[in-house]
Amino acid sequence: MNLSIMWDAVPKLLAGVPVTLQLVGLALLFGFALAAGVAWMRLSASKLLSRIAAGYVFVFRGTPLLVQIFLIYYGLGQFQAVRASIFWDILREPYWCGVIALTLNTAAYTSEMIRGGVQSVPHGQIEAARACGFSRLMVFRRIVAPIAVRQALPAYGNEIILMVKASSLASTITLLEITGIARRIISQSFAVFEVFIVAGAIYLLINFLITRLIRYAEWRVTPHLRRPA
Amino acid sequence: MLELLAWGDTGWGDELVRGTLMTLAVAVCSFALGQVFGTLGASAKLNGGIVTRALAEIYTTVVRGVPELLVIYLLFFGTGNAIMGVASLFGYTGYIEVNAFTIGTLSVGLISGAYSTEVIRGAIQAVPFGQIEAGRALGMSRARILFRILLPQTLRYALPGLGNVWQLTLKDTALISVTALAELMRSAQVAAGVTRDPFLFYAVAAVLYLVLTSISTYAFDRAERHSNRGVRRA
Repeated sequence: MNLSIMWDAVPKLLAGVPVTLQLVGLALLFGFALAAGVAWMRLSASKLLSRIAAGYVFVFRGTPLLVQIFLIYYGLGQFQAVRASIFWDILREPYWCGVIALTLNTAAYTSEMIRGGVQSVPHGQIEAARACGFSRLMVFRRIVAPIAVRQALPAYGNEIILMVKASSLASTITLLEITGIARRIISQSFAVFEVFIVAGAIYLLINFLITRLIRYAEWRVTPHLRRPA
Repeated sequence: MLELLAWGDTGWGDELVRGTLMTLAVAVCSFALGQVFGTLGASAKLNGGIVTRALAEIYTTVVRGVPELLVIYLLFFGTGNAIMGVASLFGYTGYIEVNAFTIGTLSVGLISGAYSTEVIRGAIQAVPFGQIEAGRALGMSRARILFRILLPQTLRYALPGLGNVWQLTLKDTALISVTALAELMRSAQVAAGVTRDPFLFYAVAAVLYLVLTSISTYAFDRAERHSNRGVRRA
């Protein structure tokens, strides 16, 4: 164990943190929007829409993320039609392929959490709101959404941490986020333990901060569970 | 396109099927190893002293908080170095390569074990303590309480969680492809590289993974129904 190598690796690896956080942030942002749509389809009365959504979730939860990343990055580029299309500017960039794969993956998991949250809302509460003359939007905003958020937040916190960990797979398509940089330093210095331990510590720190944030968010959305001061 | 998937020397069908079997073998071995780690971790967390409890806590926190890929890289590159370091103390300076299957199973098993620890711990805690007291009051020995009361119920409570861990383990084996072990993902990579038809081979790999996960889902559903056969539903 060589402490000076570890010390030298810290700033280099920290330079990868913004890329990791960007990947995760964009994937979560787009993924949540997509997941809301998928959950809406899954819960809709239309059997066709519901089936499509269920199929999407089945495929993306049933296959490894690595396969999804390779399918998008290497697989799509083989078609002349894709390369000639306007999407090629995006699909030839490993960065955007990583974002797309992570987005599609997290959306599948998140949509099930949203569905679970929405379904956990007691039917009587929605009926009561209707009886009070709430509009559909108002029912959603005042009754369904707050209860669903409370229900789904712990699971979504886990999903965020899984995403931070999953973003390391982007290093396999040449992206230089934390893991990618770690591999590059190792290929030059052969200091396997030192560099990977520092990289692991950075991931742990990120995940620790995220768990704290999630715990704070959970505390904020459950004022009724707090003991009066 | 279909001749690419043919059996034998002309196509890649047999390679992919062999890769699938290798994936299954790695997943089963890692999961079994994970159960050993998980049981040890859970008993350390529930019954251990300060040191063992702290060690188990560090184990689950670190392994669950660090990317799986990093764990695999660390063991893959690290174990060889470590063994060679030990060997050089004894005067052997040659290159030692550690079997990729062993490293893969060990690293995925380590990850699987960290998640299993929490599942098993929760399941043990879910058994009402009054039942254990009742067993003691009837004069049952510790071993008998374990096998008659604790174990059957722990298994039932742990089954849904262990089903999730199994699915995670199965999908994590794809990451072992970085160690060039010829499992499903690696076979697809090789085929894609040689034929320059990545879409086909990664899609076929995805379908084969889906087959594995679907069968597992079905099997665990059956097992859950079987283990819940004595439970009255409201």
